[in-house]
Amino acid sequence: MSGRKGMILVGAMVGILAVALVAFGNPVNMGICIVCFIRDTAGALGLHRAGVVQYIRPEIVGIALGAWLMSLKGGDFRTRGGSAPFTRFILGFFVVIGALMFLGCPLRMVLRLAGGDLTAVFGLLGFTAGILVGVAFLNKGFTLNRTYNMSKVEGFMFPAMQVALLILLITAPAFIFFSSEGPGSLHAPVAISLIAGLLLGAAAQRTRLCMVGGIRDFVMFKDTHLISGFLAILVVALIGNVITGNFRLGFSGQPVAHTDWLWNFMGMLLAGLGSVLLGGCPLRQIILAAEGNIDSAITFLGMLVGAAFAHNFGLAASGAGATANGKVATIIGLAVVAAIGLMNMERSAEVTLKGDVSIGS
Amino acid sequence: MALNTLDVRGRSCPEPVLLTRRALEQAPNGVQVLVGNSTARDNVRRFAESKGYKVQIQDQGEDFLLSITR
Repeated sequence: MSGRKGMILVGAMVGILAVALVAFGNPVNMGICIVCFIRDTAGALGLHRAGVVQYIRPEIVGIALGAWLMSLKGGDFRTRGGSAPFTRFILGFFVVIGALMFLGCPLRMVLRLAGGDLTAVFGLLGFTAGILVGVAFLNKGFTLNRTYNMSKVEGFMFPAMQVALLILLITAPAFIFFSSEGPGSLHAPVAISLIAGLLLGAAAQRTRLCMVGGIRDFVMFKDTHLISGFLAILVVALIGNVITGNFRLGFSGQPVAHTDWLWNFMGMLLAGLGSVLLGGCPLRQIILAAEGNIDSAITFLGMLVGAAFAHNFGLAASGAGATANGKVATIIGLAVVAAIGLMNMERSAEVTLKGDVSIGS
Repeated sequence: MALNTLDVRGRSCPEPVLLTRRALEQAPNGVQVLVGNSTARDNVRRFAESKGYKVQIQDQGEDFLLSITR
């Protein structure tokens, strides 16, 4: 499954799952959206009080647990951390600020394109530009340094947290908020969402599907491995949307989207750059966290807090467009993320080879 | 001839591949690369093979040692 065929197959599966989840009740062009769903979960926990986006999304829980189980089965589960955890928290925070300016993570960007939402083209352009800037940082020697092994118990905390979220969803205690209107109220039945998440998580763990890695690896290494998954999602979801009647080509009136081209671009510029510096898109961060990567678990928390901030301070865009606060936050985010990029260059871009030879490059 | 060894354990994507590329630019006859997970193992192997190198993989406990040769 780790070859090109496996990647295309998994991309196709993600496309089908996304279309199916919409048919079962998720918002249109939002079968799966990692950032939107983290935002909904943050709302359900009362971390923000935007009444229309509050629901513990079982897809997130499923993705994490599916990836966790698959990593245990395949021997990939390893607890490690210590690669600039707080910097990654900040990066995760601003990736979400950017994504909520655009209204979607890189995966939903592809699903919006597949639904005929042409405003997402500006998102894709911004995302690509962000990746190109990130690649320039990498080529100049950007690194958050290496991880180290940690105790196994530490690695089980992230999947345990996801189980706790599932329990809160099912038992629905009074202090958990559930939207009665808006996107948060639109969802597939819990069991279906959970199973879809489990399948997606397991498959993404196995193939290492990553939305930012696709364009990045193609640019850096002419490697088409990951981008073939990206394209497979686009093609299959597009066909699925045509079949289910959810394909509507155009700019205006698209579901949970706005037409402000500049801020669609800027939002995904921030999300793309931040994701490259993190080493993977929001989906990939969840998969890595489930495999025992503590830094990615911290990134997940950064995304959760970023989502809470986005709605507490009116930073997130809506169908009506971008907010003034959101524009300021996106600019601040670009400055912070660029500064993180500049301040984490290895002193020399020199490759040290053991065998006494240090080689300049 | 013993090959020089590059340690990329614990590095985020795509640093293992990027560092391997730099090492091969400087030592075109080959290098050994020590990686800490299967993602980096497969990525480095795919990159090296695409450049026409042969890759041998040894399990070393939790890590993998890739011997990349002409």
